Formats: sequence, structure tokens, C-alpha cells
Amino acid sequence: MRPFTFERVRTPAEAAAAAARHPGAKFVAGRTNLLDLMKLEIETPTHLIDVNGLALDKIEPTADGGLRIGALVRNTDLAADERVRRDYGVLSRALSAGASGQLRNMATTAGNLLQRTRCPYFYDTNQPCNKRVLGSGCGAIDGFSRQHAVVGISDACIATHPSDMAVALRVLDAVVETVGPDGSTRNIPIAEFHRLPGDQPHIDTVLRTGELITAVTLPKPAGGAQIYYKVRDRASYAFALVSVALVVQKDGTGRVALGGVAHKPWRVEAAEAELPKGAKAVAAFLLADAKPTDQNAFKLKLVERTLAAALAQAKGAQL
Amino acid sequence: MSKVSLTVNGQACDLELDNRTTLLDALREHLHLTGTKKGCDQGQCGACTVIAGGHRINSCLTLAVMHQGDSITTIEGLGTPEKLHPMQAAFVKCDGFQCGYCTPGQICSAVAMLDEVKAGIPSHVTADLTSHPQLTTDEIRERMSGNICRCAAYSNIIEAISEVGRGEI
Repeated sequence: MRPFTFERVRTPAEAAAAAARHPGAKFVAGRTNLLDLMKLEIETPTHLIDVNGLALDKIEPTADGGLRIGALVRNTDLAADERVRRDYGVLSRALSAGASGQLRNMATTAGNLLQRTRCPYFYDTNQPCNKRVLGSGCGAIDGFSRQHAVVGISDACIATHPSDMAVALRVLDAVVETVGPDGSTRNIPIAEFHRLPGDQPHIDTVLRTGELITAVTLPKPAGGAQIYYKVRDRASYAFALVSVALVVQKDGTGRVALGGVAHKPWRVEAAEAELPKGAKAVAAFLLADAKPTDQNAFKLKLVERTLAAALAQAKGAQL
Repeated sequence: MSKVSLTVNGQACDLELDNRTTLLDALREHLHLTGTKKGCDQGQCGACTVIAGGHRINSCLTLAVMHQGDSITTIEGLGTPEKLHPMQAAFVKCDGFQCGYCTPGQICSAVAMLDEVKAGIPSHVTADLTSHPQLTTDEIRERMSGNICRCAAYSNIIEAISEVGRGEI
């Protein structure tokens, strides 16, 4: 690990000032991914700003009947919150499907959104990776690509976003609240928060330098049956091969987002009109532009089958 | 270098550490509490599990300087050879280990995990999100998935945790 200086801050203004003073700084909260990457010298901040002292650990109702989740709310606490369990089941389920008990106790809402891909070529500094070193190439495209993305890919990168939580937030139309180094705030719809790789795969999100996530807001409850269905290589503590976040109403209308298939949570709103026709039609629409490798082409069929299983589970929940 | 004050197993500790020192290395190399083990050093095996402020965490994935004022419990703080913690006694009784390397992490994890169930925190296998979770074998398996046992003593580990959960030991 490279040496760094360290400070604790108490307010978003202090955090912003610290980031402005130290161009090579990173905010740190849950540590579960950043510290890993620092040990491998993939992340090399010269200064760490510990934001855990900020009062951003509450879940509060909003004026329009939704919830405002503080950036520092731990994954365990968010999954266990009574309102989240009752009104946003897909979010509670997605959180419980991710990581381990120990990691969920550390990981924060904002940090979960900002975690980096788990592409093995990104982690192996002996391998080419455009996300790690832009212009070095992609080891995965002609390499071992079973885990990798099938839609929204580019010639530069086929990495997936690893978060389960983000897939649920996408289907719930969450909004990411931030504060910039100059004190200005923005509300970023989750659909626009994560980027596709294009020719700049080293940039994961639209956050600007020194911009800090303060909260994630959920609109008023969507109702319906809410399902998070995750398929992985072992029954627990593994990243998704494919996951489906689903909200279905009694009349058959609904929303669906996919994990494990793209550089961001994958949702195509127009595909949702196909929901009454069943999984095959929706999957075909969602993956119309898919460009899988030989090794991950199985994900196309797996999406259809996982969605079918999620729809069946939703039907069972509505009986 | 930074100064950090924390309480470990009830004892106040003042340390001056390189910022890069993980909590795990601070416990083992600076406080000489070698019960907590370093396995993968990347949060995948759970051997380094300790209880910080009542919550189980991977001590390899956190910096000691980020624990200013925190209260940490390691395996050395749960019980003593003369007076074992019920979870330690259950692991001995049920033969919940072979080589023993993952055991301190398994025991710290299990103790805090039972508190999570008591607090009603749901898991991936909890059938109904709106009811209080029950301590079934499936729940224990899922909730302990962050602790790997290379010797595969899992069936006896589950038996030990079940006994403590039922209040039998």
C-alpha cells in the first residue's frame, strides 16, 4: 500500500474543503472495496478523508411519501429497516443477497454505489485493463469472460457493475443526492448515475472530483410484488452471474432491471410493456443489442429463465 | 503516522501507527493479540472477524486509525481458558474445528450473528421479510457464509451455534 495522510471530517463542508486542499484525496467510509484496491495499489490516494463522522446515517421519510437514506447507512441497517422491508422489499432482498454479514455491517449506501468492478483482469496488475490503465487493452474480451457483461459493452471494456443494491435502486427509480466542492448540490437519477464504458471505461459514474454523495432518496412505495432473484456460482457470498429486480402489480404491469449483465444496472423501460407477454418477450427486448462472447452467451438464456422464475415467485406472492 | 485510542477487550490502548496499519495488524503486531488470524487479507475468508461496537467486521478491511474511540472485542476478550464463553464451550463440545485457524473468526462471527438474529435482521433465506427470523440451520448457513473453513468442519460448527442459540450451553 502506498503511504497516505489521513484526516477525519465532521461536516460535508469540511469534507469538501479537505478534498479541495488535497487533489489526490479519496473519501473513505465502509472501506470494504477501497482498502482492497489500495493494498493492490490499483487505488493510490495520497490522502484519505474519513467521512464516517458526518451525520448521514439516518433513514427519514420525505415530504412526498418516500424515504431519504443517508449516505452512511450501513447495508445491514438498510436491509433491516422496517419501512424498507414493508414498502421496498426488492431493496431489502437485494442487500441481503450481497456480500457477507461482516461486509454488510461495514459497507455504506454511497460506497455500495461506488464499488468498482470485480473483473479479475482489473484486479490483476500484470494483465491489460482499460479500466485500470486506459489504453492498456482489455484482457477479458479474448480471455476468460464467463462472468462479464453482454449488453452496453464497448471494444474497450466488458466489465460488469457488481452491486445488487444498485439494481434494486434502479427498479425503484432512486435519486442520488450529492454536494460538490463548492457547496452546490445535485440530484442525479440512478439511471444516469453509472456510465457505460464507451472509450472511457476508467470512469464508472458521473460524479465529479471532490463531489460527495449525501443521500439516496426513494420515491413513494411502488407497491406490487417485489422480488430480487439472484443466480450465482454458490448459494451465498458470491457476485451475480445474472440477477433480476422485479416489481409486478396485480394487473401484470411492472418494472424490471437486471444485474450481472452490464457496466451498470440494466433497465430498458420500453421492455416493461412486454411484461404481460412473459419472460421470453421481456428478455428479448432487454437484450436486443447484446454482444456476448462465446463464454458468456449462456447469460442470454439465463436472463430469460431467471426472469421467468422471478415472475413465478411474484405470482406466488400475490396469491 | 497517526495517534489512535481504542478499547480492546475492555483495556484502553493508545497507539501511534503508520496510517496504513489495518486493525488486524494493529491487534496482532502492535497489541500482540494473535488470536485473531490473517487468512486472505482481502475480506473473503472471515478468519480476521472481530466485534467492533457490537458489530462483526473483517478487521483486515479496516484501518486502525479509523477506530478512534471504538470498543473492539477479539477472541481473547470473549472468554478465558478457565471460563470459556458459551460459544467457545460449544465449539469444543461439538468438535467444531479441525486445524483451528478459522475458529477465532468463526466464534466472534457466531456470537455477533446471534445478536443480529435477536435484533430481527433478515437474511437472504428469511422467508417472510415482515416476521422475526428463526434460527434454522438454513439461516445459520447463510449468515455464516462470510467465514470459510478449509477443513470443512461446517456441520459441527452449525451444531455448536445451534446449541448456543437454543440456550443449551
